[in-house]
Amino acid sequence: MDALDLHRLHFAFTITFHYLFPQLTMGLALLILILKTMALRTANEHYNHAARFWAKIFAINFAMGVVTGIPMEFQFGTNWSRFSKAAGGVIGQTLAMEGVYSFFLESSFLGLFLFGEKMLGRIGHWLAAFAVFLGSWLSGFFIICTNAWMQHPTGYVRGSAGEIILSDFWAFLLNPWVFWMYLHNMIGAVVTAAFVMSSIGAFYLLNNKHTEYGRTFLRLGVTAGLIAAVLMAFPTGDGQGQMVARHQPVTLAAMEGLFETTTAAPIALIGQPDVEKRRLDNPIHVPGMLSFITYKRWNAEVKGLDSYPRDTWPTQIPLLYYSFHIMVGLGTIFIALMGLSALLLWRRKLFTTRPLLWALMLAAPFPYIANTAGWMTAELGRQPWVIYGIMRTSEGASPNVSAGNTLFTLLGFMGLYAVLAILFLFLVQREVEHGPEPLPQPASIPAHA
Amino acid sequence: METLWFCLVAALITGYVVLDGFDLGAGIASLLIGRSAADKRLILKSIGPVWDGNEVWLLAAGGTLYFAFPALYSSSFSGFYLPLMIVLWLLILRGIAIEFRNHIESPTWTPLWDFVFGAASALLVVFFGAALGNVVRGVPLDSAGDFFLPLWTDFNIGAEPGILDWYTVLVGLFAFATLTMHGALWVYLKTLGDLQQRAKRLAQHALAAVALLALATTLITFQVQPHILESFAARPWGFVFPLVALTGLAGAFLSLRNKDELKSFLASSLFITGMLASVVFGVFPYVLPSSTNPALSLTVYNAKAPDYGLKIGLFWWIPGMLLALAYSVFVYRKFAGKVQLDDAH
Repeated sequence: MDALDLHRLHFAFTITFHYLFPQLTMGLALLILILKTMALRTANEHYNHAARFWAKIFAINFAMGVVTGIPMEFQFGTNWSRFSKAAGGVIGQTLAMEGVYSFFLESSFLGLFLFGEKMLGRIGHWLAAFAVFLGSWLSGFFIICTNAWMQHPTGYVRGSAGEIILSDFWAFLLNPWVFWMYLHNMIGAVVTAAFVMSSIGAFYLLNNKHTEYGRTFLRLGVTAGLIAAVLMAFPTGDGQGQMVARHQPVTLAAMEGLFETTTAAPIALIGQPDVEKRRLDNPIHVPGMLSFITYKRWNAEVKGLDSYPRDTWPTQIPLLYYSFHIMVGLGTIFIALMGLSALLLWRRKLFTTRPLLWALMLAAPFPYIANTAGWMTAELGRQPWVIYGIMRTSEGASPNVSAGNTLFTLLGFMGLYAVLAILFLFLVQREVEHGPEPLPQPASIPAHA
Repeated sequence: METLWFCLVAALITGYVVLDGFDLGAGIASLLIGRSAADKRLILKSIGPVWDGNEVWLLAAGGTLYFAFPALYSSSFSGFYLPLMIVLWLLILRGIAIEFRNHIESPTWTPLWDFVFGAASALLVVFFGAALGNVVRGVPLDSAGDFFLPLWTDFNIGAEPGILDWYTVLVGLFAFATLTMHGALWVYLKTLGDLQQRAKRLAQHALAAVALLALATTLITFQVQPHILESFAARPWGFVFPLVALTGLAGAFLSLRNKDELKSFLASSLFITGMLASVVFGVFPYVLPSSTNPALSLTVYNAKAPDYGLKIGLFWWIPGMLLALAYSVFVYRKFAGKVQLDDAH
């Protein structure tokens, strides 16, 4: 492997591991806020106990997110110095804004939220939960702004020596790419949190312990899960797809494995792209579907990879194709699973339908896979560019950092993160095993809401 | 405009060293004077609600440096590749140690994380000091503004220096003494009884070491980087900064004798502020001097981002930092007072 591949792998590995944690905390911040709101409205301590349990899970994940997040901000400089030198004046703005506007807010109020329930009072504690939610969702916004600019640069001009100069702050911050990408990403985080919550709820019911809480977790998890899973497909996924079709058409062709320009283009549900022979092996097609999804006309022409110069094709077409298909496929399954669960919840049968509880319990890892695959689609789809149309990834790496040094730190991160992952699973397992504190008096919560 | 941003970045870094400095120093104190698991738990508890917010100053400084001086950010971060990665690993281990230590009470779990917390804090402080030493000494920048330093070569300040040479190690030790004092004064402020007395003695010893090392480091620095003396000669008003540092150190000494806990901690903060301001003033307008050819040095003028971005940055940066300060004040007030073990979470 040459230095460039190692720099790419370095960033890919550390960001993929990092994003396992914020996707839960951003979604969970919203669900905890809902639990705190229910506690405030019903004056039922049950919801405060539930919120406290999730705050413990949140805290472990937050700590993991913080410690694995710091390397991300540094790696722009350490491993991608050419990119940083060129783009720092633009994307440094949003990265600094993340520190100034969200990290201070989050870190200040998380301490209060975790340690200050007694001193803050009911309303104060709700406000602390709200501040943590706001901080984490703002953080997501600034990161999406940064990434959206790399996907679709706006608000800049080129200087005499080709340098990139920020010229319109609002065009940069309100990049049209940001809107759908932000919603799609944040709702993806809610999907993860909702699946994890219903998974633990189902686990408690199936083991016949903490059942009061299990039911609450299932009610909230399944309701939020269905809403979020539907919103992932429409309108946010569709909106994001439209952006790609308009601004990165070659990426769309690669995602779909469409090698030749086609009218009434079919969508491939499954199949293996062969880039050498420029065809999709063993495809199962839905005729006309790709034209319809992209242009809302069954007969529309969709440009294939053959319409674009070879050196503008994404560099990892099969991986991009699979990432996209895994994301969409899992997203579809999520809607079905949560739809069925919500139906049974409404019919008051969910808590006794054991096969579905089993499915919900085992479903927790899959939103993580779907969110990771979604980010891989975005990042592999942007290739061969680091800033779309302006700077190639190969021009962005640090020329002064050798392959040997990069491999050294990559291996270091792999080892360290393996240890962190083991510790993390161990501690979360303990918290789940221990469960929420039982209510002091007989539960006053009805079995069905 | 670029000078203003230079001052703002310097202020963020100073804020980081003063704030995260005391919780890093508390880590060193935990290693040196924490005799029982209860002592260590108390020390951890004193920084528990605030250490994470303190560390955000580092991220805010990094982010601000990134957009205001992108050429400096990219050159220094890639050139100091290995030590930065080691700093990241230490920050990860330290954060995990603080957050995970109290999850399980066992004779194997707690001491392990106490040790990781203390050792990572100590090593971080030495590395941060050495990093400052590198910036003062200068690095072999090439015409593209790049350099790459190994961790060490022959420990001499020659044509091919390493990150660690005798000078930067000296600065690292100075930083170690300073933040040991600072952290011990924090523990002195936040605890009671025997632990508090031990913290006081540690602070007194560290203070003596700081005074000696400050003198030695300053004199040697004038040799290593003559530009600093030139700066003070050209703009004598800058002598106010070393004066602030001296006042801080003397104030810490006197307040410790008078057993004034808060004042001694604030005086130590003043000392750190004065020292860093002196360095920053002395190095200006360089932000990364070249050790081989002064013409290749990075300065505030050739490392800055274009003007529009710097101007627009002021509009969000100032209100944002005021807000951040307000949260910090709020949190510190909420958690003011001595820490005790009764309501262990």
